[in-house]
Amino acid sequence: MEAVLGRAGLWFVIMFLALAAYVGAQDAGFAAHAVLVGVIAFAFLCVTVMRYDPLARAQSMFRMPPGPSRYDDDVVRWGVIATVFWGMAGFLAGVAIALQMVFPALNIEPWLNFGRLRPLHTSAVIFAFGGNALLATSFYVVQRTCRTTLAFPSLARFVFWGYQLFIVLAASGYLLGVTQSKEYAEPEWYVDIWLTIVWVAYFVVFVGTIVRRHEPHIYVANWFYLAFIITIALLHIVNNLAIPVSFLGSRSYSAFGGVQDALTQWWYGHNAVGFFLTAGFLAMMYYFVPKQAERPVYSYRLSIIHFWSLIFLYIWAGPHHLHYTALPDWAQTLGMVFSIILWMPSWGGMINGLMTLNGAWDKVRTDPIIRMMVISLAFYGMSTFEGPVMSIKAVNSLSHYTDWTIGHVHSGALGWNGMITFACVYFLVPRLWGRERMYSMRMINWHFWLATLGIVFYAASMWVAGLTQGLMWREYDANGYLVNSFVDTVAALKPMFAARAFGGILYLAGGVLLTYNVWMTIAGHLRDEAPMTDAKHNRAADRPITAAPAE
Amino acid sequence: MSTEPTQATSRHQKLERNITLMAIATLITVSIGGIVQIAPLFYLDNTIEKVDGMRPYTPLEQAGRDIYVREGCYTCHSQMIRPFRDEVERYGPYSLAAESMYDHPFQWGSKRTGPDLARVGDRYSDEWHVQHLKDPQSVVPESIMPQYSFLAETDLKVADPAGMLTALRRVGVPYTDRDIEMAEADLAAQADPFSSREDLEERYPKTQVRDFDGDPDRLTEMDALVAYLQMLGTLVDVKSAAAQQELAEETGR
Repeated sequence: MEAVLGRAGLWFVIMFLALAAYVGAQDAGFAAHAVLVGVIAFAFLCVTVMRYDPLARAQSMFRMPPGPSRYDDDVVRWGVIATVFWGMAGFLAGVAIALQMVFPALNIEPWLNFGRLRPLHTSAVIFAFGGNALLATSFYVVQRTCRTTLAFPSLARFVFWGYQLFIVLAASGYLLGVTQSKEYAEPEWYVDIWLTIVWVAYFVVFVGTIVRRHEPHIYVANWFYLAFIITIALLHIVNNLAIPVSFLGSRSYSAFGGVQDALTQWWYGHNAVGFFLTAGFLAMMYYFVPKQAERPVYSYRLSIIHFWSLIFLYIWAGPHHLHYTALPDWAQTLGMVFSIILWMPSWGGMINGLMTLNGAWDKVRTDPIIRMMVISLAFYGMSTFEGPVMSIKAVNSLSHYTDWTIGHVHSGALGWNGMITFACVYFLVPRLWGRERMYSMRMINWHFWLATLGIVFYAASMWVAGLTQGLMWREYDANGYLVNSFVDTVAALKPMFAARAFGGILYLAGGVLLTYNVWMTIAGHLRDEAPMTDAKHNRAADRPITAAPAE
Repeated sequence: MSTEPTQATSRHQKLERNITLMAIATLITVSIGGIVQIAPLFYLDNTIEKVDGMRPYTPLEQAGRDIYVREGCYTCHSQMIRPFRDEVERYGPYSLAAESMYDHPFQWGSKRTGPDLARVGDRYSDEWHVQHLKDPQSVVPESIMPQYSFLAETDLKVADPAGMLTALRRVGVPYTDRDIEMAEADLAAQADPFSSREDLEERYPKTQVRDFDGDPDRLTEMDALVAYLQMLGTLVDVKSAAAQQELAEETGR
């Protein structure tokens, strides 16, 4: 690689000097010669660069199997690597901003202030970590369930690499102050347009693959992936409608303003949760849980009912983010009612996933991957119960604007999305790289406990913080005066913020184990370790009882 | 596993075998809720009605708002006071829909790590804001807010003030031709205590004209941000009879 860079650099320097000579030429003859030299240098530069194939270099670095396998898994392998990489980036950013809330001195103005890092964290975990997990698994699942290869292999590669460019543009933009400041839709107009192009290509690849399927039925996981792709396109385009100030500048102004912008944004924001983090991840559940448990999906009929009711109801729930605001009352009430009804299809999905383990429950003890899937479904069930509770206006009046919301989001994101993604990565890596199993099953077990403990610290501290702050804000003394100034409530939360940061560090530590385990598996190592299930064999006791001779 | 396909599930098999039908059915299903909830907001009275006093932002205020957006202040501060006794006593009368009608994008926020800012205007002195933004802990020791001292050292650069207002006019903010023509001059004039302010004040009533950051020789990002903060919630006289009636008509809050 260095040799190629060196040669390309040399030709570039010669071309540049020729250009300088042309600009400063005293007479026409010299200028013509300078152009001649420059053109030759440019030609050699092109040849040098075109011969170089960085992707092949990188593929050999990650030991990807050469040549096409039965299925087109190249892009899936890249997706798994990207998932692990962006996951670590997102968790690290999360720990950083959690620590900033305990030690404000950790804010480094202007680029690393909380207000710029927080969107980096949310986008990194939702769109980079979660998005790559969805890309990778959807390409893996759609091929297997349709018994065919990807419809447009080159377009699939464009989708993957184009999506990475979107992530890099979005993330670097936040640090540079390029943001629309609409939650989870922060990227500016040109990045949004780029994502739209990538997303349409994604839709074409996915649907194209389904069209050429060799199975008569479209498997249930693909319904969820399809709903996720279509709805995210709809939400993304409508919510990001904006007029740029200049086509050569980053700033744009949202097409909607005030209350209209608020509802459009939360229609988007809630359904980013509903379709990106729920429908898409349910698709993962519908393929990988039955596979790992080696059991069929519990109920076909339940999957039909809960699919259609879930996607119909989710869209209505957005206004519960705007309770008691200037949004008209009827819209708030509609949002609340639908949020509560939404509890049922959500639990339909959880039940369908958990009951798939019928007859295989013993694996929860012996198989750490199944255990991760089970706890992710448990967290899914818990947060989809907590959500409807928080959408009740009376509860929301206390919980809104507080850390309770943050805790709720994280029990869903860390528990449901994170855990099921880890399980899928552990499922996929040995299969994609042709290894017998993961490098270490015991590390998966450690990862499971570190992550679970991390979530417990996170969710518990945020419940306490949210309730404390909500109650302190509305506390009155006997004379009818407010008891606490705002900053009293900030000071009161410090221990909880510290506990949250500790939980985040535990979760990050689990992520380090994941990265190491994946790395070693790809490198082709198997850890020499005691198996997870080991019935004890006591050789000394393994004998018939004989009468002891009397003393 | 259900074994025999019932009548309902066998009808569903049509969808399961046809990706076009499946995609169309999905698109229709997910569109209904959004249309029912969002579309009415564009014609219902209490979401599009103007109240007395509301006006578009001056160029300097809008530039300050752009800085507020750029720095992600919404991650910790809301701009939406809810109709509860404690919030009204802490922050002022609850927010009206009309008060954010010229906000593109809206900045109601979803989290109060710091206090609500919907009516922070005129509550503190400029000096307090400047000191607080430069070093929050020097004013409020328990605060966990980041420092923003670089704002005072960064010259305010608005690439194209007229273009800024034009873009906003395209999304529905009623700037006049003269506002757009004067945008660049207005931007400088509002932070210049010696400028002639009649024209500016006539087009933008209740405009506060002065040097905001304590450094009259420079027009900095601090000037713009403080100008924006100092006007938040000051436009509508919520105690006036008309506004009270407006409040009463926004039922159910």
